Amino acid sequence: MLLKTLSESSGVSGGEQEIRNIIRQQVSPHVEEAETDVLGNLIVRKKGEKEGPTLMIVTHMDEVGMIVVGFEKSGLIKFSKVGGIDDRVLVSKVVQIGPQKIPGVIGAKAIHLQKPEERKKSIKIDDMYIDIGAGSREEAEKKVKLGDYISFITRFEEIGDHCAKGKALDNRVGCAVLIEILKKQNYPYSFYGVFTVQEEVGMRGAGAAAYRIKPDLALVVEGTTAADVVEVKKEGHVTTLGKGPALTIMDASVITHRGMVQFLKKLAEQNGIPYQIRRFTGAGTDAGRIALTREGVPSAVVSVPCRYIHNPAGILNLKDMENTVKLVDVFLKNLPEGGFNNEGID
Amino acid sequence: MKELIKELTEAYGPSGREETVRKVIEDKIKPMVDKMEVDSLGNLIARKKGPGKRVMLAAHMDELGLMVTYIDKNGFLRFSNVGGISPHILLGERVVFANGAVGTIGCEKIESMKDLNFQKLYIDIGASEQKEAEDQVKIGDIAVYQRGFQDLGRRIISKSLDDRVGCAVLIQALKEIESPVNDLFFVFTVQEEVGVRGARTSAYRIKPDYGLAVDVTRTGDTPESETMAVALGKGPTVKVKDTLIITHPKVKKIMVDAAERTGIPYQLEVLERGGTDSGAIHLSREGVPSGVMSIPCRYIHTPSEMVDYDDVINGVKLLKSILETPLD
Amino acid sequence: MDITEFLQKISTTPGVSGYEDRVAEIVVEEFKKNSHQVRRDALGNVIALKKGLNSGPDSLKIMLAAHMDEIGLMVSKVEEGGFLRISPVGGIDPRSLLNQEVLVHGKKDLPGVIGAKSPHILEPDEMEKGVKMDKLYIDLGLSEAQVKEVVSVGDIITIRREFVRLGGQMAAGKALDDRAGVAVVLQCLQELQGLKHDADVYAVATVQEEVGVRGAIVSAYGVAPDMGIAIDVCHGDMPGVPEYRTSFLGKGTVITTGPNIHPVIYKKLVELAEEYRIPYQKDAAPGPTGTDAWALQISREGIATGLVSIPLRYMHTSVELLSMEDIKHSARLLARFIAAQKQDGLKELTECF
Repeated sequence: MLLKTLSESSGVSGGEQEIRNIIRQQVSPHVEEAETDVLGNLIVRKKGEKEGPTLMIVTHMDEVGMIVVGFEKSGLIKFSKVGGIDDRVLVSKVVQIGPQKIPGVIGAKAIHLQKPEERKKSIKIDDMYIDIGAGSREEAEKKVKLGDYISFITRFEEIGDHCAKGKALDNRVGCAVLIEILKKQNYPYSFYGVFTVQEEVGMRGAGAAAYRIKPDLALVVEGTTAADVVEVKKEGHVTTLGKGPALTIMDASVITHRGMVQFLKKLAEQNGIPYQIRRFTGAGTDAGRIALTREGVPSAVVSVPCRYIHNPAGILNLKDMENTVKLVDVFLKNLPEGGFNNEGID
Repeated sequence: MKELIKELTEAYGPSGREETVRKVIEDKIKPMVDKMEVDSLGNLIARKKGPGKRVMLAAHMDELGLMVTYIDKNGFLRFSNVGGISPHILLGERVVFANGAVGTIGCEKIESMKDLNFQKLYIDIGASEQKEAEDQVKIGDIAVYQRGFQDLGRRIISKSLDDRVGCAVLIQALKEIESPVNDLFFVFTVQEEVGVRGARTSAYRIKPDYGLAVDVTRTGDTPESETMAVALGKGPTVKVKDTLIITHPKVKKIMVDAAERTGIPYQLEVLERGGTDSGAIHLSREGVPSGVMSIPCRYIHTPSEMVDYDDVINGVKLLKSILETPLD
Repeated sequence: MDITEFLQKISTTPGVSGYEDRVAEIVVEEFKKNSHQVRRDALGNVIALKKGLNSGPDSLKIMLAAHMDEIGLMVSKVEEGGFLRISPVGGIDPRSLLNQEVLVHGKKDLPGVIGAKSPHILEPDEMEKGVKMDKLYIDLGLSEAQVKEVVSVGDIITIRREFVRLGGQMAAGKALDDRAGVAVVLQCLQELQGLKHDADVYAVATVQEEVGVRGAIVSAYGVAPDMGIAIDVCHGDMPGVPEYRTSFLGKGTVITTGPNIHPVIYKKLVELAEEYRIPYQKDAAPGPTGTDAWALQISREGIATGLVSIPLRYMHTSVELLSMEDIKHSARLLARFIAAQKQDGLKELTECF
């Protein structure tokens, strides 16, 4: 399964080499051009039957992770987080470091050795180390370099009822959707597919790509929070697994273009594709940067709900992914020749 | 101008949903401008041509709002804030949606006011079940404060004086300037309250030589308020610094000189927290020397903001005087 | 000009964010002697161009960015009795301000002192707490009327501090963050006089870094370089701070890697430091570097960005301390880097991905 390959490969923000190579290999046979820019974004152009509005479909390929920031004399490795991770999930996880994928474990003081008051508190990253089994700093530095990126090792698995478990579903699921789309043929208009870097450290790649492409409109494909779990009241669910792709009205980075959102809703209804509205206005996506590039770009966001994003093991519903592919597909097939403007929005 | 301010402040227009306000402004300024257009984010850009430098003036049309994020089985609406609203001022508040649906804000049982946050609040639109509520309001719809304009004589109370009073100042100046010395772009921006977004894209489009935002600012003239040397009724301000900009010294001088030349009262403003459209304009492309003229305003971001009408009138005068300055 | 003298001169010259003119004048003067043309842009960035061999419109463009602004204060209110309330410009720890001597730049420069209660009249619990900005005030020794004649709300204030030469090659003073970087850029331009380079070098002393890398945003857009290197300061080693969070004073220039940094620029800087035996240290930044590099990287279509830093102790106080040796090593590395860049090297910046 494509999503398995994507999920299990590493690509922490700034260190996207492996995931980029996999994606490039997947899409190259199906696109007209594929190039990387100076930040590492992978930009491909898909030829359509004719030229229409300049559209970019954007999905980020990076994941949250860690980076090596220092070595102890003992050979233990100090690390910092790249992107937003809750310190508390780090302890007792298995990780891979650098291009050689050196395995290691995140250790902390055993509970027996902690004082009673320590046990009540969460363990902070400053009190954790990565142990690669090196006996000294010199030995550790032979295998691992300062600045090497670190990702979790989590096996991707299909579990439960049409669900899948894995790491980096935010946003390898977006990558999977865009790759599927790029493999299809005969869209009416040409468009750009952009796999961006560094979304998780501040949406760094998307703005540069949008500046270069000068799009008339942009569609961002994301993996978004689903909090439809026990412990969270219904009004806090944000999105629900199995209820179809989520459309964003507003998040902390963007107010999406209403004409585009209405168009997506209408297409979903006409084609029997389930969809939901993302019921939360926090967090941001690449759309935030793109929408404010140059003179402004009408933008929308379609997301696949994922539980436990930014954690080593997330869960999504594969039907939501399939329905997201369908929605993007009908969007491309029905795209208005003139794009979207502010007239005629009710 | 009070009628104009009333009409503008009472119009519905949270961030991203500014079209009603835009329509009001379009109708008013159309006969007076050389060119008018709406860009892809919804900014209204009106040009009044002159021989001199390109000057971008910005006042934002958007106001704060509450976006519905969930409708429960009993018809209560949960919401998030659009822009900087404190949950404390929402208690007992009435809100209205674009289609006229009205609701009041209720709160779950809480032990202490310290526990109050948006998750504890809901809007009650009088529906008794989900379906009934959904017939009037959908997830993603945005409500705004339902408060009328109140004329107290010298002073005015209303919702969204931030920044419809800035829009009014721009419109009035536009009316009164017949043949501008400089090439003027009056921009009524969108999405200021969610991160000065409209000003960013419109400044890129216009490529101005100078930028000037007209917005409201806080005051330090109420009981036990923060330390701030701005008061109601002492004139519009020339901003020196806020969170998003340090006014270009050249622009500060132009503004101060314009006030002193014409004897308009003014105040110098240092704002500890807050920013305006100029924060975005001055960083556009290769940089745009920019400043801000503010109308002092009490109770900003509440349903009852207060300004002094003399400050508004003097604001129009000061703006005109600034714009009459030949710029190099 | 000797680089230590230059640093001393700019360190002691006022240049708070947004009001950099006085320091800019000195920088313009010195950059002029080592470049072909110097201009200031709309926000006041100093931009010097030192042309490469056979310079033309297609020449490789490298931008060096060091910020010349310093953190400071601004008058926010004149209180009864003529005392001045203050507002910070940039990230200032109010606890470092107690009883500092200052200059208030009103219609003329006025010396003053930040008031602090004598221990005799302090409440015991006051000593325990850190002082807050809104409790601080400046005393000019003038009456309210006299103050109002020369001081207005919005006037700039700087800390008064002489530049101190310490033992070894160490020096201390105010605003070494990032006037030390400006000194690196000047020395790099001087070194380049003796080297052949193809690239057009844009040496930029940026404004308003301390309030949000604002000068770098607009100057990077204006210059539109192929490569950009920011030169800033980083935390020096000191007791109580883990080694992995700091770099050693006097042990060479610090080369940073991480998401903000282009992998090829990092690799080349390290290789050249090795090749020319320039002392260097490495640092990894997991996200924002808090420097002009953060703005450079995402200008226009993206810029291949590097970061070179000088270790410095007591950052954002008036006694910032560093080693002049680190400045010299940083300058030498940058000059070697520039001289090594060829037009056809550009391809590597995208093809490496």
